[in-house]
Amino acid sequence: MERTLQLLQENARLSNEQIAVMLGKTTEEVAATLDAYEKAGVICGYKPLINYEKAQVARASALIELRVTPRKDTGFDAIAEHIMAFDEVESLYLMSGSYDLAVTVNAKTMQDIAVFVARRLAPIDGVLSTATHFILHRYKEAGVSLQGEEVDEREGQ
Amino acid sequence: MIDYQSRLNREIQIIKPSPIRKFFDIANEMEDVISLSIGEPDFSTPWHIRQEGIRQLDKGRTHYSPNRGFLDLRKELCAWFLRHYGVEYNPEKECLVTVGGSEAIDLCIRTLINPGDEVLIPEPSYVCYVPMTEMAEGIPVIIETKAENHFRLTADELLRKITPKTKLLILPYPNNPTGGVMRREHLEEIAKVIIENDLLVLSDEIYGELTYGKAGHCSLASIPGMRERTIVVNGFSKAFAMTGWRLGYAMGPAEILAAMTKLHQYVIMSAPTPAQYAAIEALRNGDPDITYMREQYDMRRRLIVSELNRMGLTCFDPEGAFYVFPSIQKTGLTSDDFCEKLIYEEHVAVVPGTAFGACGEGFVRISYSYSIKHITEALRRIERFVKKYEKL
Repeated sequence: MERTLQLLQENARLSNEQIAVMLGKTTEEVAATLDAYEKAGVICGYKPLINYEKAQVARASALIELRVTPRKDTGFDAIAEHIMAFDEVESLYLMSGSYDLAVTVNAKTMQDIAVFVARRLAPIDGVLSTATHFILHRYKEAGVSLQGEEVDEREGQ
Repeated sequence: MIDYQSRLNREIQIIKPSPIRKFFDIANEMEDVISLSIGEPDFSTPWHIRQEGIRQLDKGRTHYSPNRGFLDLRKELCAWFLRHYGVEYNPEKECLVTVGGSEAIDLCIRTLINPGDEVLIPEPSYVCYVPMTEMAEGIPVIIETKAENHFRLTADELLRKITPKTKLLILPYPNNPTGGVMRREHLEEIAKVIIENDLLVLSDEIYGELTYGKAGHCSLASIPGMRERTIVVNGFSKAFAMTGWRLGYAMGPAEILAAMTKLHQYVIMSAPTPAQYAAIEALRNGDPDITYMREQYDMRRRLIVSELNRMGLTCFDPEGAFYVFPSIQKTGLTSDDFCEKLIYEEHVAVVPGTAFGACGEGFVRISYSYSIKHITEALRRIERFVKKYEKL
């Protein structure tokens, strides 16, 4: 992966100046690179990684496995577009293996998710079955441990 | 009552504990301290290398190895050294696997030095050369290197300290604590003096793989005429992030290596066996890991050098190791005061330049073997500290 992306992937709050110094480029070059990535849709957004448990935000999440019948003309795409339009849906993937679509869903409570699955997802034309797995605890998210920083155990020599 | 002090060897009575530890110990007792004082990689050993160590333990490979280290390892070492630095060594006679580079340094000094022999030691440099020389009853002769030369040893400085008693020059580059390196042209310049004065050299190249810039590390042994009078010390700690495995090596003329092996045989017997197997894996398949870690260090290095210069703690571009050695003269504080006030007032630990020799006064050693997040926060605190003191 290109170095600018590598750096931002680890910490999206680095300033253009910092990135420029680290990569031996000018600030203008970095700005132009980022601009190009944004326009091309390579960089789709910048978000903080929030530990909702610590933020004390009421929030329930679930992974939902969907088995669906692909449509003749559009395959899985039309169903996927239907599902991804819901605000509750955080991610949506087409999967290999024993089911077709993996949906991660966030809502305030587990009850809200249950209602969402029963009223919104399950009735969609072509959805054959749903299997809802609630997330109990997050250990790691987007490559970052949510267990707190590791203690530096190195000794000064 | 026994007076234990008086029973101790007279050299060990004089030797002081490593001064690097002082601020580290203070840091350990405080909350919310950000340390930039540590001299080892923050990376863990790459997984495939660890896995090989585990695999060999599973197989029950828990016995002694040959004194010099496994021949397979020495063969891989010599092949690696040739590939990286262009110098060929005979794995059977010119290579010894040791417990870290430190053991190799000690063996080399004790093997060569008679009481009264002079050992030239450029400073600032790592803390072990002087005490090891003293334990061998050699006489440490300090050569003070200068910031304006990027702390390189120059031919003039070397020449001025040579006497008929001079036997050995220790050449510690890439340098801890300054980050200075000796490029090929600099080595060629001192090589003339070394050859003309018939000196031997212990070239401590432990940070060799952490050399930034296209040219890469130049081993002293690759300079014409130097292979026959150089003992190269290197190891796995810095290049492969394997500090805790305690594995280093020495390469050099067969007769000297045979003598070092005799001593090694009696005091150590052999380097740790699982570590040696892991090292074979490192040499065979670890080059991409070296490149990756070097790139990461390089980015942090650029960031920290640029920021320190911006806040007026001027430093030259350190081309090796993972340290910067900025001048703190702007604050009007001594190195020791700077470090003490910095840790108590801003909770940032760095090491005073004087820990590495008297000529380190006016400088501090800052390690960038830390995450960018950690470095950025420490720099923010250092800047606040510098602003406060430059006004006074």
